[in-house]
Amino acid sequence: MAINYIYPEFEVIRNDARCIRCQVCERQCANEVHRLDEKRNVMLSDETKCVDCHRCVSLCPTKALKIVNHDCRFRENANWSNETIKEIYKQADSGGVLLSSMGNPKPLPVYWDKILINASQVTNPSIDPLREPMETKVFLGKKPDKIERDKDGKIMCKTPPQLELSMPVMFSAMSYGSISYNAHESLARAARELGIYYNTGEGGLHEDFYVYGENTIVQVASGRFGVYKDYLEAGAAVEIKMGQGAKPGIGGHLPGTKIVGDVSKTRMIPEGSDAISPAPHHDIYSIEDLRQLVFSLKEATEYKKPIIVKVAAVHNIAAIASGIARSGADIIAIDGFRGGTGAAPTRIRDNVGIPIELALASVDKRLRDEGIRNNVSLVVGGSIRSAADVVKAIALGADACYVATAALIAIGCHLCRTCQSGKCNWGIATQKPELVKRLNPDIGYKRLVNLMTAWKHEIKELMGGMGINSIEALRGNRLMLRGVGLNGKELEILGISHAGE
Amino acid sequence: MKKIYVNEKWCLGCHLCEYNCAFAATGEKNMALALKDKKIYPKVRVEDNGKIMYAVSCRHCDDPICVKSCISGALSKEDGVVKIDKNKCIGCLTCVLVCPYGALVQDGNSAVTKCELCTDNSCGEPACVRGCPNNAICFEER
Amino acid sequence: MLPLEGQIRIPSGCAISAVISRDGNKMDGTKIIDSMRPMHDRSNGLGGGFAAYGIYPEYKDFYALHIFYNDNAARNACELFLKDSFEIVRSENIPTRKHKRIINEPLIWRYFVNPLSSVLASLQLDEKEYTARIVMRINTEINGAYVFSSGKNMGAFKAVGYPEDVGEFYRLDEYKGYLWTAHGRYPTNTPGWWGGAHPFGLLDYTIVHNGEISSYDANRRFIEMFGYKCTLQTDTEVITYIADYLIRKQGLSLEETASVIAAPFWSTIEEKDEKEKELLKYLRCVYGSLLITGPFSIILGFEGGLMALNDRLKLRSMVVGEKDDKVYIASEEAAIRTMEPDVDNIYSPAGGEPVIVKVKEGEF
Repeated sequence: MAINYIYPEFEVIRNDARCIRCQVCERQCANEVHRLDEKRNVMLSDETKCVDCHRCVSLCPTKALKIVNHDCRFRENANWSNETIKEIYKQADSGGVLLSSMGNPKPLPVYWDKILINASQVTNPSIDPLREPMETKVFLGKKPDKIERDKDGKIMCKTPPQLELSMPVMFSAMSYGSISYNAHESLARAARELGIYYNTGEGGLHEDFYVYGENTIVQVASGRFGVYKDYLEAGAAVEIKMGQGAKPGIGGHLPGTKIVGDVSKTRMIPEGSDAISPAPHHDIYSIEDLRQLVFSLKEATEYKKPIIVKVAAVHNIAAIASGIARSGADIIAIDGFRGGTGAAPTRIRDNVGIPIELALASVDKRLRDEGIRNNVSLVVGGSIRSAADVVKAIALGADACYVATAALIAIGCHLCRTCQSGKCNWGIATQKPELVKRLNPDIGYKRLVNLMTAWKHEIKELMGGMGINSIEALRGNRLMLRGVGLNGKELEILGISHAGE
Repeated sequence: MKKIYVNEKWCLGCHLCEYNCAFAATGEKNMALALKDKKIYPKVRVEDNGKIMYAVSCRHCDDPICVKSCISGALSKEDGVVKIDKNKCIGCLTCVLVCPYGALVQDGNSAVTKCELCTDNSCGEPACVRGCPNNAICFEER
Repeated sequence: MLPLEGQIRIPSGCAISAVISRDGNKMDGTKIIDSMRPMHDRSNGLGGGFAAYGIYPEYKDFYALHIFYNDNAARNACELFLKDSFEIVRSENIPTRKHKRIINEPLIWRYFVNPLSSVLASLQLDEKEYTARIVMRINTEINGAYVFSSGKNMGAFKAVGYPEDVGEFYRLDEYKGYLWTAHGRYPTNTPGWWGGAHPFGLLDYTIVHNGEISSYDANRRFIEMFGYKCTLQTDTEVITYIADYLIRKQGLSLEETASVIAAPFWSTIEEKDEKEKELLKYLRCVYGSLLITGPFSIILGFEGGLMALNDRLKLRSMVVGEKDDKVYIASEEAAIRTMEPDVDNIYSPAGGEPVIVKVKEGEF
């Protein structure tokens, strides 16, 4: 096609007074944007290739670079945005489904930002976490309805299997294949040091990481990649992935180009073959089928490990969760529509699913109304961005949060949202050895530990302000929340009052 | 004694160490002013064959052959650091010839220059180590 | 109009006091009333009350329901309902004396009742559960009627006013009990409603409480899964239901109950021996949602004893003293010294350390 309708999205601005022609940008850009014309001693930029990942900006030693949005726009109007027009040109060029990565970028409401947290004044003292114990330990799993006593009247301290977390946060599922070996190593080591868990996603568990099994949640998804006896036994819990917030209702597709070497071995599929996870589990067409898989996995792991069922937040989530809670699952993980992904059809990512805040509030309420909230723990994900989001989620009723995007950002991700290209300049969403090595897990794991340690401090500060010194007293404590700028229906669903009430 | 070591596993071949080294030697505060349009003579150099890459600098050998070979007495070892006195260096390049690691280089003014672990500037910690984005160069006791 | 208790959550500070005879010796209400006088400034006249145990020996096998009515219409409706639910062996006004600072009194009645055995059999419920459910139904469904005491051989007496005035109003000097608890209230914002005064009771459990718990909504939303309805939105109400749930429904001992609601810190649990560590960890894991945080000192009264407990950081004052067969507990030492000037062994229990006093078996 002679005419290229797609213009560069970004502009590379190079301050030539600062550029010392060190060519670090050129060497570090896997997209080959930068090039030195040696004859003329000029740095050139091919902006059509730029994804705004900021690798060059970060590494430029003289801070000579900046990437800005290109101000050459199509003739937009309120209905036809630049993005919409561009997508039409792309589809007219290719005839294909549009692909995107990471979470829903649309300006839909972020309820976390419309919820405010309480603090003690006068009638009740706030507590200083630097002076008093402040507890963030959480147990995830089914709790018994009744205590049992032995013949001497002593309580028999037997619970169904529990996950013990030092703080109510876990790293959510990202498969080896969608992210790199070094990213996985960073997550695994950080989970171990922090006393939390990371999740294999549907990529199997690399043999090097079995040592982190006690801090690993192994996932069983519709493609069953990498699932076998040792895998199930290696983890601390098994997660059945029914759905993902970024792409509810569809499966996954890791292209054959990424199924190389250890990725192929770990997934147990031939090199170069596409790894296609079906949209549904083909042995689960109904809730009673789910129960069978839950108990198959319990049998396989001798009832020693909690079973997590992960679903995407969709319209009927409260009823779905209620069904899962009765299916024998120990933990329900719900993924909101802002959740990230390595690749999803753009239309699905941007238009399917509901916000996690509303899903969480209605699930927690439904399970309580039915008196079965203690049958399961609730883990929520889908864009938990900060300690404040965690605190709000716990107060709405979650037991713990899953974070992935925030974790990736901590190890260098700049949210350029082109994971699907496989050319991640930060060594995260790539399998190219020369790129993978850019993420040194010694640095990566430390940054994850730092981030979570910082969040833990902040969670404690926020709890202390409310006069709460243990996280379980925050769980479902919706009186600690107020809404701002929300309508009556939204407040009703969230189960909170408006600020000032 | 702390020395500079290289983890080739993590070297990205970005060559930032070379520029940080050259900049440290200038004593300037601004890298752009210091290095703009200048040819640099870094004391650390990245070897890169496209597959394996790592930064090479002086290893401050226990028994440095360069010191032995120096005909003008410019090279010496003080407190474990092999140093060069540029006023004495006559630019004969014998040391360059004998160093098995290629750690000595010309400085552009016909003298030889080499890594002195940034004891010869105000950097404190070696600049190549501090500026390495991937912990591929470290300064530690082994 | 300002919202009533139950329509809004009202934090309050308070004074509490209690006396118990371990030998089951009966005391009239004079001393407990006097104990509230030096703590006058801990209340603000918007609520005072007492609970007394062992006061109805002649009706000890019957549930004594104390009920406030807004008017006779409410009374008629409620009595109709009571007749369907219970055998009523006696119904009467609770005797009061006119008091110039106690005004706007509702109709105050008491009934001695027994669940109908045929109804119990058909519902497959034990009589306590049945009685608790009936009380809950009256309080949520019959407009203008409020049951504020429902145990056997015990009763709560409460009103809007200062506690010492409330005690005189209810002629508590004419009752004799082996255990008395008292409460003076300092709500920050309320027009005052008689039902909102404390003690709060369900069956023979009564709670007097000083504090404002920060875990309120976590506790409320959890306990409401088990048939309780927190209509008053007060801490005392939810604490009473927690106590009832843990002790009566779950069968925990008092000590175990204390380890749930004022659970030791994990760092403390780590120092315990293996057996205890296992138990404490189990209780925190299973009943985490019933942990109460924020400041509180509570006295839980029940048939044959009491348990006093502070929050685990001890953010509210509470003092214990003993003399002979009697144990005294109060927010301030002055209150104890009013009851017994020569008290021995005055001490402040540590945060989370339950003080459990029981009357000798057979003496109550």
